[in-house]
Amino acid sequence: MTATNTIEEFANQEYKWGFVTDVEEDRIPRGLNEDIIRLISAKKEEPEFMLEWRLRAFRHWMTLVKADAEPKWAHVTFPQIDYQDIVYYSAPKKKAGAKKSLDEVDPEILEAYSKLGISLNEQKRLQGVAVDAVFDSVSVATTFKAKLAKEGIIFCSFSDAVKEHPELVKKYLGTVVPYSDNFYAALNAAVFSDGSFVYMPKGVRCPMELSTYFRINAADTGQFERTLIIADEGSQVSYLEGCTAPARDENQLHAAVVELVALDNAQIKYSTVQNWYPGDKNGVGGIYNLVTKRGKCAGANSRISWTQVETGSSITWKYPSCILVGDNSVGEFYSVALSNNYQQADTGTKMIHIGKNTRSTIVSKGISAGHGQNTYRGGVKIMKNATGARNYTQCDSLLIGDQCGAHTFPYIEVRNSSARMEHEASTSKVDEDQIFYFRQRGLSAEEAVSMIINGFCKQVFRELPMEFAVEAQKLLSVSLEGSVG
Amino acid sequence: MAMLEIRNLHARVNKQEILKGINLDINAGEVHSLMGPNGSGKSTLAQVLARRETYEVTEGEVLFNGKDLLAMKPEEAACEGLFIAFQYPVEVPGISNSYFLRAALNAQRKYRGEEPIDAIDFIPLLKEKMKLLEMDERFQSRAINEGFSGGEKKRNEIVQMAVLNPSLAILDETDSGLDIDALKIVSQGVNAMRSPDRAIVMVTHYQRLLDYIVPDFVHVLAGGKIVKSGGAELALELEREGYGWIEPALAGAR
Amino acid sequence: MSTMTQTSGAGTYLDAFSELEQRGSKQPEWLRSLRQEAFASFCDTGFPTIKDEAWRFTSVAPISQTVFSLPEAGPSGVTRAEVEAFRIDGTACSLVFVNGRFAPELSDQPKLAAGVHAGSLGEALAGDTGALELQLGLKLALQNDAFSSLNTAFIEDGACIRIARGTVLEAPIHLLFLSTGAEEPLMFHHRNLIVAEANTQVGIVEEHISLADGVTFSNVVTELIAAENAVASHYMIERKNRQSFHVATLRIQQERSANVSSHSFLLGGALVRNNVHPVFAGEGGECLINGLFIGEDRQHLDNYMLVEHASPRCNSHQYYNGILNDHAHGVFHGRIIVHKDAQKTDSKQTNRNLLLSDDAQIDTKPQLEIYADDVKCTHGATIGQMDDNALFYLRSRGLDENAARSLLLFAFAGECTGRIKPGPVRAHIEKLVRRALPKIIANGEAGDGGEREDKGRNWEEVG
Repeated sequence: MTATNTIEEFANQEYKWGFVTDVEEDRIPRGLNEDIIRLISAKKEEPEFMLEWRLRAFRHWMTLVKADAEPKWAHVTFPQIDYQDIVYYSAPKKKAGAKKSLDEVDPEILEAYSKLGISLNEQKRLQGVAVDAVFDSVSVATTFKAKLAKEGIIFCSFSDAVKEHPELVKKYLGTVVPYSDNFYAALNAAVFSDGSFVYMPKGVRCPMELSTYFRINAADTGQFERTLIIADEGSQVSYLEGCTAPARDENQLHAAVVELVALDNAQIKYSTVQNWYPGDKNGVGGIYNLVTKRGKCAGANSRISWTQVETGSSITWKYPSCILVGDNSVGEFYSVALSNNYQQADTGTKMIHIGKNTRSTIVSKGISAGHGQNTYRGGVKIMKNATGARNYTQCDSLLIGDQCGAHTFPYIEVRNSSARMEHEASTSKVDEDQIFYFRQRGLSAEEAVSMIINGFCKQVFRELPMEFAVEAQKLLSVSLEGSVG
Repeated sequence: MAMLEIRNLHARVNKQEILKGINLDINAGEVHSLMGPNGSGKSTLAQVLARRETYEVTEGEVLFNGKDLLAMKPEEAACEGLFIAFQYPVEVPGISNSYFLRAALNAQRKYRGEEPIDAIDFIPLLKEKMKLLEMDERFQSRAINEGFSGGEKKRNEIVQMAVLNPSLAILDETDSGLDIDALKIVSQGVNAMRSPDRAIVMVTHYQRLLDYIVPDFVHVLAGGKIVKSGGAELALELEREGYGWIEPALAGAR
Repeated sequence: MSTMTQTSGAGTYLDAFSELEQRGSKQPEWLRSLRQEAFASFCDTGFPTIKDEAWRFTSVAPISQTVFSLPEAGPSGVTRAEVEAFRIDGTACSLVFVNGRFAPELSDQPKLAAGVHAGSLGEALAGDTGALELQLGLKLALQNDAFSSLNTAFIEDGACIRIARGTVLEAPIHLLFLSTGAEEPLMFHHRNLIVAEANTQVGIVEEHISLADGVTFSNVVTELIAAENAVASHYMIERKNRQSFHVATLRIQQERSANVSSHSFLLGGALVRNNVHPVFAGEGGECLINGLFIGEDRQHLDNYMLVEHASPRCNSHQYYNGILNDHAHGVFHGRIIVHKDAQKTDSKQTNRNLLLSDDAQIDTKPQLEIYADDVKCTHGATIGQMDDNALFYLRSRGLDENAARSLLLFAFAGECTGRIKPGPVRAHIEKLVRRALPKIIANGEAGDGGEREDKGRNWEEVG
C-alpha cells in the first residue's frame, strides 16, 4: 500500500452516526414570520418577556435580511440559505401528561442516545457526568438534576430555566451575545428552541462534569439552541457538549448561540466535540454549523477556557471568544479543526482585552485532508486601558494530501504599549517523505499517521476532560481513517 | 553467502531508467563507499534498497541475508535489519525524538519476537548513544528533527542507527553540508558501529569523509552502473583527478 | 521613485564619482564599465523612500540630505598600537582597513595555509587577469538596490578572500574596518568578495569601528560565494559612533549542499541598515541567519532580510533578537521568497524584541511569498517588556534590581551569541554585547570588570 493510498483511505471514512430514529414528531409549518415565532413561544409556554425579546430579535433580523447583511467575509462558500424553507420547530411528541422524568422518555430516543454511546440512565452512567439531552428542538432529559440541586447548582434545559428561573434568564440573556450581534445570532434569538442552562452559585465547585448532547434527527429542520452558563463569584464548572446528526443529502442549518458569564474569581471550562454530519465524500449534504459562542470574564481573576474539537459539519463558521473585562482575567482557546472531503471550516477566536493584566492563550490546530479547506481566523485586541495585557497565539496547520487548503488570518490590534504579544504560525504536510521515514524505522504507515496526527493535536487534547480526550482521539482517527497510507 | 547480493538491478522513476544493471556483493564486517557524480544513481540505489515505492524495479534481484529484499515493505526491510541514514531527514512536529525512536525499536523487537522495551530501560540506552554523538540530552524531548540544524539532523540519524543496531546501514550523503567538527563527530559515531556482524555503505560525493571512515571498498557509479571498484586509494585518485575520465570509460563500456 | 529624491540623492555623488574616475587608473577596463553602469543605475533610481516596501520603516533622508566626500588618500595616522586592542586571539590573519583603504602596515598577515588567499581587493583588481570579472557584482540586482549600486560605482578597496577547493581553514579571518575623524562627513564604500570553493570551510569576521567622533557613511557590500558543500560563517559586528550611518549588504550565493551562517550584531551607529540576502542556487543548502540589535537614545537599527529559496530541499533558519531602550527604533523585515521549483523548502523565522522604555519602537514584518506547494514555513514574532515576574523572582532570591535586569538581558542576548560556535569569535562578541547592553543596567555591576580595549578611544566614549 502506498503512502498516497493510505492518505486517501484516511479521507474516505464513513460517518458512523448517520442513522435516523423513527419518532413521532410535533412539527410546525415551514417558514419564518412573526406568527411562527409566537407559535414557538406558545409551544414552549414562555412568559411574555421572552416572546417580546424574540420578536425584537426577529424584527432586527428582518432589517439585516433586507440589507443583505448575511456575513460573506468567511473563507467558505455555500449556496444561499432559503430561510423560508426551514422548519423552525420539531419535537418528539410527548405522551399525554408526561412529567419528563427519565422513565417517560420515548424508548426510541433512549435507544438513539445509547447508540450514540450516551446513556441517559443515571445508574448506568459513569459517575461524574450529568447530561442534558437535546433532541431536535427540545431537551428530552437532564440527568443528575436533583443531585446538583443539593449544591444549589441549576442545570436544566433552557425552556425550564425560562419558566423556573426567569429572573436569572432576564438578567443575563443577551448580555454577552446581544441579538443585534450578527445575522445568525439575531436569527437564533428569534427562533431558538432549547439548549442548556447552568447557574453556578457563589463559591461552589461543580462536583461533576456537565454536558449537553445535541442530536438533530428530523429532516428539513434547523437546530437553534441557546446555552447560557453563569458562574457566580468563586465558582468553577466544566461543561462539555457533543453533537451528531443523521446522514442526509440535504443540508441542514444549525445556528446556535452560547453565552458564558464568569464573575469574580469564577472559572468556566467549555469543551466541544462537534461531530455534525459532514456530508458525504463528494460533498453532498451535511450540516451548516454557524455558531456564535462568546464568554465574558466580567469579574476580576475570572477565567474562561474554550476547547473544541471540530470534526463534523460541511460548513463551520465559529469563533468562540472571550471578552476580558475583569482585571487579571484569563481567556483561553484550544482548537482542533478538521476539514476532510469537501468540508470547509472558518474558525478561530477573538480575545478582547479590556481589563488590566488580562491574559489570553490561543492554540489552534487545523487539519485539512481530501478537498477540505481550513481557515484560522483569530483576532486579538488590546484596548487602551488593558495595561500589562499578554497574548500568546500559536496557529498550526497540517495538510494531508495535496488537494486541500489551509489559510491563516490573524488580526492583531494593540492600543496599549505595555502589551506583550507572541505569535507563532506554521504549516506542515503529512507526505510520503514523512511516512516513509517512519516505515524505514520499522513502523507501519497507519502507525505513522496516527502518531503524526496525535502528536499534532496533543496540546489541545490534553485540555479536554479525560473521557472526552479519548473520545476525541478516536473520533479524529475515524474521521481521518483512510486518508493516509 | 554475502549479506547483500545485488544482481543486475534496474530501476526507474517517472519512466526514466536510473539504475541500469547494478551488481554488488556486500559482506558482513565490510565498509563500502559509493561515489560518483550527481545523477549517477547513488541515492536511487540507497532508496531502492530501503524500498521506496517511488522507484520501480524493472529487472534484477536483491537478496538480503538470503531473503528477497524487493518483496519486502519498507518496514519489513527495516525490521530485517536494514537502516538508512537519510540525506534529508524529515521533521515531524509534535512527536518527541525519544517517543518515536522507542516506538520504532519496539516495532522491530516485536517483529523479532522480543519483549518491548519500556521507557525506564530505553532512556539510558538513548542517552548513551546521544553522548557518543555529542548531542545535548534536551534533544530527546524535542520533536523529531524539528528546528535542528543540518548537522544536528545528521547526528540524530546516527543516534537512531546506534539505537536500532541494524545489520546493514546505508548512509546517504550523511557528510554533505557538515563542517569539519560535525564530520569528525559523525565519523566517530559510525566508526564505533563498525563490527564483524555489520556492513556499512556510505553514499558520498566527497572524499573527505573517507579520511575519517576508511572504507574497505570504493565503487564509482556513473550512468546507473558501477564503472570502477577498488580500495580506499580509489577515492584519493578521484579527488585528484575528478570524474572527467568517466565519460570515456562509459563510452568504452558501451 | 520620486524625482525629488533622484536629484537630491544622485547629484551630490557626481563630483565624487568623477574624482574617483580620475584616479582609478589602475583599475581594469571591465571594472570601469561596471562602475559606470552602476552609477547610472543609482542616478536612475535615486535613494529609496518610505514608499518603497523594503524601506517602509526607515527614512534614509539623513543620508540623502548630507553631502559626503571620499576620504583623501595618504597616511591615516593610525598606529599599530591603537589597532592591537581590536584584534581577536586565534585568528588566521587580520586585515585592517582605514577609511576605506587597506592598511598593510596595520594588518597581521602571517603565512596562510596553502589554498587560502586573503588580501586587498584593490590590489587584486590591479593585478586582475579576468578571474574577478566573473565573480564581482554578478549576483547583485543593481537596478533595485540604490546602495549596492552606489557601492559598486565606488569600488576601490575591501577584502578579497579565496579558499581553494578542498581547503579547511578553521581559524577565522578578521577584517577590521576603522574610520578616523574628519571635519567634513566622509563616506566609504567597502567592497568585499569572499569565494569559498567546493568542499571548503572558512569563517570571516567583519568588524566596523569608529576611532573618533565625526559623521561617516559607510556603505558596505560583501559578496559571499559558497560553492558546493562549502561551509562558511560570516560575522558582522557594527560598533560605529553615534553619528554614523551604516548600510551593510551581505549577498550570499549558495550552491548544492553549501552551509552558510550569517551572524550580525548591530551595537552602534545613528542609522544602521543591515541587509542579508542569501540565494539558494543548489539543492540541499542550509543557511542560518542570526542577528542581535541593541539600540538606545535615538538609534535607528533596521534589519532587512531577503531569503530566496530557488532550489529544492534547502533550509533557512532566521533568528533576530532586538533590545531597544530610550527612543531607539528597531526594524525587522523578514522577506522569504520560495520559488516555484523550491519544493521541500523549510524556512523558520523568529523575531523577538524587548522594549525597555515606552518610547522605544519596533516594527516587525514577516513577508512570505510562496510559489511552491510543498513547503514548510514558520514565522513568529514577539514584542515584550522585561518580564516583571522573572525580575521579581530573581530579586526575591537576593539579586539587586540592576543585577537581575542584566541577568535577564544577557540571557535574551545570549540566545543569539549562543548560536555562534564556541571559540574566540564567540568570546569576542559576547564581550562586546555585554558592553553594549543599554545604560539601563550600566550603573549595576553588569560589566565584565571594566576592562577597556583601548585607551581613550573606546567607542562608548566616542558615541
